[in-house]
Amino acid sequence: MSELLEHLEANLQQVTGYIYPNEIELHWSLLVVIYPYVTGLVAGAFILASLVEVFKVKEVASTYRLALLTALAFLIAAPLPLLAHLGHPERSFQIFLTPHLRSAMAMFGFVYIWYLMLVLLLEIWFEYRADMVRWSSERRGVMKLLYWVLSLGSRDLSEKAVRFDRKAVYAITLVGIPSAFLLHGYVGFIFGSIKANPWWSSVLMPIVFLFSAIVSGIALVLLLHYVTTMFRRVKPDMACFNKLASFLMYALIIDLSLETLDFIHRMYESEESIEILAELVITKLFISLTIVQLLLGTIVPIVLLAIGRFSRIPDEFKRVVFFIAALLVQVGIFSTRWNVVIGGQLFSKSLRGLTVFKMQLGGIEGLFMGIALLILPFVLLWILVKLLPPWDKQEAN
Amino acid sequence: MPKDWKRREFLAKFIKLPCAAMVFGVGAAGDGEAAEEGPYQAEDHLYAMGIQVDRCIGCGLCAEACKNENDVLKEPFFFRTWIERYSIRVDGEVDVDSPGGGIGGFPPLAEGSEVMRSFFVPKLCNQCDKPPCVQVCPVGATFKTEDGVILVDESYCIGCRYCVQACPYGARYIDPRTLTADKCTFCYHRIIKGLQPACVEVCPTQTRVFGELGRRSSPLHRMKRQSSIQVLKPAMNTEPKVLYSNLDGEVR
Repeated sequence: MSELLEHLEANLQQVTGYIYPNEIELHWSLLVVIYPYVTGLVAGAFILASLVEVFKVKEVASTYRLALLTALAFLIAAPLPLLAHLGHPERSFQIFLTPHLRSAMAMFGFVYIWYLMLVLLLEIWFEYRADMVRWSSERRGVMKLLYWVLSLGSRDLSEKAVRFDRKAVYAITLVGIPSAFLLHGYVGFIFGSIKANPWWSSVLMPIVFLFSAIVSGIALVLLLHYVTTMFRRVKPDMACFNKLASFLMYALIIDLSLETLDFIHRMYESEESIEILAELVITKLFISLTIVQLLLGTIVPIVLLAIGRFSRIPDEFKRVVFFIAALLVQVGIFSTRWNVVIGGQLFSKSLRGLTVFKMQLGGIEGLFMGIALLILPFVLLWILVKLLPPWDKQEAN
Repeated sequence: MPKDWKRREFLAKFIKLPCAAMVFGVGAAGDGEAAEEGPYQAEDHLYAMGIQVDRCIGCGLCAEACKNENDVLKEPFFFRTWIERYSIRVDGEVDVDSPGGGIGGFPPLAEGSEVMRSFFVPKLCNQCDKPPCVQVCPVGATFKTEDGVILVDESYCIGCRYCVQACPYGARYIDPRTLTADKCTFCYHRIIKGLQPACVEVCPTQTRVFGELGRRSSPLHRMKRQSSIQVLKPAMNTEPKVLYSNLDGEVR
């Protein structure tokens, strides 16, 4: 506790204007930034996978399974930052047992379970069923048993059964797209529905969250596709890269338009809070919002992607340009989450002052924990890729 | 006066009567709970607090009494109630401060600051009738009682801090000892016994008026009848049960 008090004492020295005395402690820090970031990647990666399945986008078909596994890996990791941030994680099960139905946050458990169990796991199971049956008959020992368990004892490889798998995948995807929208739109609603906070309270918040999720998901799959192609030493599928880059660019443009609409709307309405919010944006958030989120995370990637798509540069160079753009997009979207979560707590609800956020290195809410939580989904993805190789199918083809 | 009354009887009756009236009168100020028989019935009450802004002298005794009564951490980051000082300058600019929540009083205004008018505003949980904090609590650990007070069940709170974010008034904090949400309870343990909240009890100027809504015998009724009443951030539609008389528009 003495550490907290020292921390608050230091914060107090840097307050400008007037803030309510209870506001000196910032309540949601790095972990709550990571949560919507990771959830966004889940929704985005899944929506990309769904495009392939429902709209039959042939060019990116090779990323379908990778995108699904990415969504799963990140979804498994998604509740961890939330759990770690709770004052009493041991009581978190109460959200399931006695949910307060009017609370947006109480719905988290149900949205999560629905998405994990009924959408992702089911879709992945049907997608991999035939392969798992094959693997369980081909492999020996523990792996044989593991695939047998994973396939839930299924043995049917008849054409009829495989056809049913395809149909099931299609049907689940149809349910999955609105579910993915729900998952991340819901995360936006958690913030957007807080009327006490003018930085958060916006009906656009779920929509902005959703499109930034799509942006980050596509960019992540592009990055993973690039890296895995490189490590697997296979011939890069340029059509796939081009299509991913196009999708990323369009999603970025929509995302930028929505953010701009939000900005113009706020400026034009010029409500009571506009002065303190303007001060916030100009001072505390200048680097993370204007420089990182807007310039490096949105405008530069759009320009890079446009150059990559529409200019005649060698394919190899093009891919590097896409890679850099996707990397910048990740930084930008992380920044977006930061600006929402942290930015929303840097001004007083008295609208008369600003406070500061100082990240700690160690501890549950510290930088190292944050980095670990961001690395974890990649470790999970690596395990999933080893277990359920997403490329087998094509190579067999 | 009947002729057969003796002087002694007359005096005894005349003294007893106002004394009895006084006793019952004081009881009425606490809304008569002390005099009530039988177990406490929450549904019979609807508590509220009035703040007569004109009367506050910024002594900070209320905030101090609150910390003592409710075992609130003494460090200046955790308050169930605090006092703000508003200084309206000649040029219209408004300065607000609340050093240490106002406990121990306020330092003199800076030399040479052209202050047109200055006043104090005690703040606390508004015990909203439509509480956003209760709405967002994922497990129902914070709830509205039948007598209108918003309480937190610290054995049930999961410490997600969503309620702190949802409160428009900055009235909540996380107690670092329990890692659960905490806030003003109107001194619930006192009021159900017919006592006044600690802050009301110690206020030397009767700035704070505790009472019940919809009860004509309540001192709050008198305050509402005699002053213009405002609430904080009415646009939030939280319907506060802390009522301010003669509040400046500057106060948020």
